[in-house]
Amino acid sequence: MSDADRPIDERGIDAGDETELERAGDVETAGPDDDFDPVQVFPESEDMDLRPGADDCYKCSTCDTSCPVAEVDDEFPGPKFQGPEQWRLKRQEDHDIDETVMKCSNCMRCDGACPSDVPLSQMHNTARGEYVQKGMSKLSVEYWRNRTLANYRRLAPLAAMFPRTSNFVMGLGPVRWLGEKLFGITSEREFPEFATETFRAWWAKRGGAETSRQRAKEARAERGEDGAEKRIAYFHGCYANYNTPEVAKALVRVYEHFGYEVMVPEQRCSGTPMFANGMLEDARRAAETNVDELATAIEEGADVVASCSSCSMSLRQEYPELFDLEGVDDVAANTWDAVEYLQVHEDLTGELEGASVEGVAGMEDFAYHAPCHARNQGLAGQTREVLAPIDGVEVHDVGDSCSGISGTYGWKEEHYDTSMKIGEEMFEHMEAADAEAGLTECPTCSMQMGHGTGYEITHTLEVLEAALVGAGSDGGGARPDR
Amino acid sequence: MAIEDDVLVIGGGIAGATAALSAADEGADVRLVTHKESTLRNASGLIDVLGYLPSDDADGASEGPLVDPFAAIPDLPETHPYRTVGVEAVREALAFFDGIVGDAYLGAHTDDNALVPTHGGSIKPTARYPRSSAAGLASDRRDALLVGFETLPTFEGPLAAAHLEAAGVPFQARGVTLSFPGIVRDDAKVTRYAHLLDRDETVSTATGAETGAREALAAAVEAHLEGEKRVGFPAVLGDEGPDEVRAALEAHLGVDVFEVPMGPPSLPGLRLEDRLYAALETAGVEVRSGVPVVDYERDDGRIDRVVVDRNGAEIPHRADQYVLATGGLVGKGVESNRERVIEPIFDCHVPHATDRYDWFSEDAFGEHPFARFGVVPDGELRPRDGSGNAEFQNLRAAGAVLGGYDYAAEKSGAGVSIATGYVAGRHAAARATDARLATNDEVTPQ
Repeated sequence: MSDADRPIDERGIDAGDETELERAGDVETAGPDDDFDPVQVFPESEDMDLRPGADDCYKCSTCDTSCPVAEVDDEFPGPKFQGPEQWRLKRQEDHDIDETVMKCSNCMRCDGACPSDVPLSQMHNTARGEYVQKGMSKLSVEYWRNRTLANYRRLAPLAAMFPRTSNFVMGLGPVRWLGEKLFGITSEREFPEFATETFRAWWAKRGGAETSRQRAKEARAERGEDGAEKRIAYFHGCYANYNTPEVAKALVRVYEHFGYEVMVPEQRCSGTPMFANGMLEDARRAAETNVDELATAIEEGADVVASCSSCSMSLRQEYPELFDLEGVDDVAANTWDAVEYLQVHEDLTGELEGASVEGVAGMEDFAYHAPCHARNQGLAGQTREVLAPIDGVEVHDVGDSCSGISGTYGWKEEHYDTSMKIGEEMFEHMEAADAEAGLTECPTCSMQMGHGTGYEITHTLEVLEAALVGAGSDGGGARPDR
Repeated sequence: MAIEDDVLVIGGGIAGATAALSAADEGADVRLVTHKESTLRNASGLIDVLGYLPSDDADGASEGPLVDPFAAIPDLPETHPYRTVGVEAVREALAFFDGIVGDAYLGAHTDDNALVPTHGGSIKPTARYPRSSAAGLASDRRDALLVGFETLPTFEGPLAAAHLEAAGVPFQARGVTLSFPGIVRDDAKVTRYAHLLDRDETVSTATGAETGAREALAAAVEAHLEGEKRVGFPAVLGDEGPDEVRAALEAHLGVDVFEVPMGPPSLPGLRLEDRLYAALETAGVEVRSGVPVVDYERDDGRIDRVVVDRNGAEIPHRADQYVLATGGLVGKGVESNRERVIEPIFDCHVPHATDRYDWFSEDAFGEHPFARFGVVPDGELRPRDGSGNAEFQNLRAAGAVLGGYDYAAEKSGAGVSIATGYVAGRHAAARATDARLATNDEVTPQ
């Protein structure tokens, strides 16, 4: 083929020889050996350029078939539209973000399905942020309802101060009725109970990092490990702090059992409920604190672990996708799911061989549901595999259905039915499984599992605690606390 | 610590799943990692072995449709993956597949290809087909009504019927276009149709009555039947319970009902994916998706370990044997840049012309060299380097990452994946067992 036949992009441009386009600032000068540099067709977006992602979409619609919302509600146009197609439409100045973006539950399954690596959830997050910013009235009930749900952590300390009163009041029928009528929060669900003592209060009372350092040292001596200190920074998130401190305590005891010193840095909400409600500014403020604190912990030799799969998802994927913060990539690369970390860094299987939870009530048979945000991190199946060697416990995986609650989504009056329709398959599989209790790593999946089946739901770390440390005297915990 | 197994399969399509099942069937501990969820939902769900023979002439005219794909295998070029594994292995592999899918698939009773009408109204020669398509075979002489839906533009009943008649099928085909009861939106997803029918959701009919989706659909079709003994629908008749949905429609209509396989995304592909993944779970294969393999370490001609990426964290996986089943140019198991064609994980040798303008033919439907790009295997399916030696002692390749065949032109995609996946899995398991026995021997004398 002669050069004259070749497309213009290959002929090469002499370095320093500016063309019309370059002078206009539309293309960069490329020397003959430089990588191919596409001509800009669309104007640059101000904060992040999603064009490469939109270009990578070849419209196979695989994402649409993985979307649990589109399967039950055909008024939702699906992730392909919400992502690359809407992004392109947005290049037209007269086009606003479609309001259906609020029907997306942010399960992020489309990310895991896309064979072409299109950053679908990143596109959805930015579209939702823009819709809330420009399309939703700041005076509307919906805006304030969403903002309250997204910022649940802001209210939680109040409730935690008077947990028994809060639990009583929130459980009252008329309060729930009012919540729905005035605020659009479904009255079908029972509010999660607040613990009488938060994890952080327990942690401080127990002696904080100093106690943990001591215990870790003793454990290492007992295990015959010499040498390096082992250290993790625990991102407990809001729910394990205010509602299920037993999960957080289980993590501390399991890690100390393996000789890890646990650090509990200052932290705010991971941002997951804020992304899902398009409150990107709130999320950014929380992320600034979290990245700052966790990056410091990493500098001090700790890896970051999280017990909630949405928290780890947020730190690992959404932060670097959405926020240009110093240290954000470092935090993402050094953040782990708490069980995954042990599987890779310790001989977890060896340790659990012969361990037993026989005789621990409620630990015999579990219907396990892998949360979508764990699935997206390549963790589906991990719990079943890890718990398999333990005597006395059977884990029945209920398959790849989505629970449907997706954080704050299923709490909204207008999404409650969709949420339950999505969850139907999981409920059926849970009930068909040979188990009377549920197991999962995600707090809101756990609410939905309990809501749909009436089962008690346990966290994987609690089973590990029972197997490794033993069920103890302090309310399902292990060793008596000094 | 690395996560350790006997065999690590990289890739979650039909080749990877078959390799994992084949190795597990031989007693190996197997793990399968896949970058993304399986892309089987992009597959028709048909299991083609060989529909057409590639031509030797420059005009690209191929021979076919073939009656007996097995008889034609010896006529394939020596470099074709079927020639590498041999016709007996292809038969064994298909029997293995039949065992996995049970009665969900038909076609095993004969060596001959079945002729299945597709959504475009063409006829596809295929070795196995889903039970849901059985009543639609083109060799069946009964007249057929093809029902399309206004909101599902990828299947146009009247057009498909006209194409079938033009193709010379031995029956009369007629098409109608209806609105699907219960579907509101113009671009509702195929999973939405399937969900409506699976759950038999209550829908409003044209007359305003409320009824189950299955009954409403059957009632809408009934009025258009003109004595045909079978009715074809686009393949959206249920995801979890397609047999039940079909049976309900058949009971109401009093005729046979069949599905016409569709382009992506495809429910027959999704159902096949479900079957294979259920079999993987039963076989004890650990499956992890969302985790690309990004690096590996070499140790004396072998792969010592591979590194899997989880959102930036690098997780080492170690196995005695590895199977590469990452797909071809579409699946990204083979990639190209402006200089060369590469296999991106292990950089196995992929032969290709140095001038990239020689990678394709000027004729859109001509014989494109790129269609045959892929790694070149030895007799055990180990990819070979530029001088013909195995790249690694413990790496085998299966499916579209292999070169030397053009699955789109030959209609051999699923067959090659199953045959090479089966053989690669068997070899990997055998070597892993040898290694385990050898280690035990070393230990025993003490």
